[in-house]
Amino acid sequence: MKTKKAKLKLVKDKNVSLGMVLMQARTFIALFVLTIAFTLLLSDKGINFLSPINLVTITKHVAITALLGIGMTFVILTGGIDLSVGSIVGICGMVAGGLIHKGLVLPMFGVTIYYNVWVIMLITAVIGMLIGLINGIVITRFNVAPFIGTLGMMYIARGFANILSGGSTFPNLQGKEAFNNTGFQFIGAGKILHIPVSIWILLVILLISIYVAKKTPLGRYVYAIGGNEDAAKLSGIRVKKITTLVYAFSGFCSALVGIIIASQLVAAHPATGETYELSAIAAVVLGGTSLSGGIGTVGGTIIGAFVIGVLADGLVMMGVSEFWQNVIKGVVIIAAVIFDQLQQRMKAKAAVATITAEKESA
Amino acid sequence: MPVTRTDEVILSAEGIYKQYPGTLALNNVDFKIYKGKVNVLVGENGAGKSTLMKILAGVEDPSSGKIYLNGKEIHITSPTEAAENGIGIIYQEMNLFPNLNVSENIFITREKTDKTGRIDSTYQDNYTRGLMEKLHQNIDPQALVSSLRIGQQQIVEIAKALSQETEILIMDEPTSALSTAEVDILFDIIDELKTHGVAIIYISHRLEELLQIGDYITILRDGKKVAEDGIESISLEWIVRQMVGGDEKEVFYDENHTIGDVVLECKHITLPHESGLFAVNDVSFTLRQGEILGIYGLMGAGRSELLETLMGVHPEAIGEIYINGKMIKSTRIGERIRDGFALIPEDRQREGLVKTMSVIQNMTLASLFRLAIKGVHLKRSTEEAEVQQLIREMSLKTAGTEVLVSSLSGGNQQKVVIGKSLLTQPKILLMDEPTRGIDVAAKGEVFSIMNKLVQKGFSIIFVTSELMELRAISDRILVMSKGCLTGSFLKHEASEEALVKASAVGHLSTNQRTK
Repeated sequence: MKTKKAKLKLVKDKNVSLGMVLMQARTFIALFVLTIAFTLLLSDKGINFLSPINLVTITKHVAITALLGIGMTFVILTGGIDLSVGSIVGICGMVAGGLIHKGLVLPMFGVTIYYNVWVIMLITAVIGMLIGLINGIVITRFNVAPFIGTLGMMYIARGFANILSGGSTFPNLQGKEAFNNTGFQFIGAGKILHIPVSIWILLVILLISIYVAKKTPLGRYVYAIGGNEDAAKLSGIRVKKITTLVYAFSGFCSALVGIIIASQLVAAHPATGETYELSAIAAVVLGGTSLSGGIGTVGGTIIGAFVIGVLADGLVMMGVSEFWQNVIKGVVIIAAVIFDQLQQRMKAKAAVATITAEKESA
Repeated sequence: MPVTRTDEVILSAEGIYKQYPGTLALNNVDFKIYKGKVNVLVGENGAGKSTLMKILAGVEDPSSGKIYLNGKEIHITSPTEAAENGIGIIYQEMNLFPNLNVSENIFITREKTDKTGRIDSTYQDNYTRGLMEKLHQNIDPQALVSSLRIGQQQIVEIAKALSQETEILIMDEPTSALSTAEVDILFDIIDELKTHGVAIIYISHRLEELLQIGDYITILRDGKKVAEDGIESISLEWIVRQMVGGDEKEVFYDENHTIGDVVLECKHITLPHESGLFAVNDVSFTLRQGEILGIYGLMGAGRSELLETLMGVHPEAIGEIYINGKMIKSTRIGERIRDGFALIPEDRQREGLVKTMSVIQNMTLASLFRLAIKGVHLKRSTEEAEVQQLIREMSLKTAGTEVLVSSLSGGNQQKVVIGKSLLTQPKILLMDEPTRGIDVAAKGEVFSIMNKLVQKGFSIIFVTSELMELRAISDRILVMSKGCLTGSFLKHEASEEALVKASAVGHLSTNQRTK
């Protein structure tokens, strides 16, 4: 038994070259390099990039992209894509804002119901999930390509976000004591153990997601569906059900982001979340998840989200113009994919080498 | 029996060897092709037919050997060169672009352009129309290929080959997807081509067909040429004997195992097919515990569909299934797995394996319902223990359980698929062509695994196209043809002739041709 293990290790060592290790950790290395670079560059200007306050601020920004990215990771792992997350952020913010600001108006009864903010958040989360569920049903039961199905939902949800307020903002979401609906700011501005609530939310969702992805049949099924849908089906996996679930989860994550942003701004604007879907996809891709499905990790997405966040905040602090920020972001994303392709090729080469070695030894 | 006729040899291959990593696909093969004749090439799967054709078509290079065209030695290193030498090939899988029209397909990569570089569609369409008239076919040059029936698509392939002034036309299983009427049309076209002096190389598994259409026959077995003769002097039995060989190889042994009570009973299994016919037509049979039941038939006989129906892949199927006397009511694949069925699919890569996942993840994929604690939590050690045990039992060669399944060799990948189905703790294993595409040694191992399994009390239904394997390992053999059960044989009464005959029921309706 002992010799067998040693032999296995030997085989592994032979194939995993230093280059491969560096490639696999490339996003992490990029994050590391970026952080050091900004720390050095900004220290010249007398700014401490690594100050706890600054790090918390960056993490708060990252949490938005990361939460959307987690939902997106599962979607992309199944081989799909969700373009509607930004719009779901928008409509969910408007739902939460509307329920606090205007209450639920029931004209036929002549009454307006004001809910407790916790109930409102629950309703909002459920609505986000339902929108995702519709995405999933459209994609799996009506055979609409994920790109098209969620593109349509992107317009629909954005449209409804505007319809809810006639295009205007719901301001002053502090709530009123009289309606017993105060306390909404807690999510955006509150802290638990000196750490902002939004970061706690990210942490909880992250831990649950990593557990599901790594340690449950559900997670395994998601990977299998993206890797080979036919084989997954023949293994008894209910492909449609699980795919639908994954889109619902993405909708749920988007709803959380909608609530967080509305709470941070203490206002809900219907255009909130525009182009967020693209940052989320970028984070997923930077994190090493394959757009063709089956390969990737939630942890990678978090690192990807941090790369985007650190880059964005660092460039702002450096005083780089918004236009150049976009150029740099784009370059980073493309570079990430090029590295990904290189890594795939190295892997393929290593695999061929293994087979040849196996053949020769046999 | 030497060939004594005096037809003109147009192409001859001499002493062809082809070495692949691990296998010698062709071993000193000679092959003569006569002008204006149908030169039939037969052999079991893996005998080397396709390799030989790929060499003639310039897709593969021979390891050694010479090819003579009209007595002059030629070297064919690419399909383009083959075409220049007048050699055309129609592959088993269609090589047409369904999104382009007929004449665009025929002129693909050889488009006729005017001075400005614009494609001269009028010329192409007219030329195509002329070709179709020559073939006596009414196919519109501007029709999209996707709108044509399979038989018509085949005719487009033939027309495409002819448009390149083909003198030697290779047809690899041209009738496998054709209806009887379409086969008749194809045979008429072949007659037409013969009168124009085109030499045809014809590969088919439908042996009766060969007797009808063929002029010369060459038989390959295990990469060697074992016989050649004129068709008029031979019989079906002779072909089968030559194909299979007198000596049964020792790798295909069976071991004693006891057969118990009926474990599976199927009544009137019927699966409608989109064509309006039935893929599986009122099939009833029983399977006993510890029994290996072989199912034989030609391509499209409904064998795979029968296994898939048992597995719950086709919820629209009707019929009754009883396991240990209890009727099965479930309709989903996942539920059928729990009922005790496990399918080892025909196409491993496409249906059996998730290439992006590791060996261990592939093997446990269908059993997570059983392995997960309370259906939720996966414990690494539980998975590892069960997988390790199977790896040992099946002597699966892998550099650990964590390596990607795609890094394994074909035989070992097959073992992963078998292991995956065993981990579901099935009662009945459904194996669809379990030895396809793996080398002889790996085949032997797969059979020994099958023998071990039945000794342990599993029951196996397996589908194969290889007669020798079938007869060696099955306790009982069912034969299917066109969705129906056309024969049932006990091991000792299943002769090759009887099996072939039963597999051809319903296929003999092509016009008997006069020479």
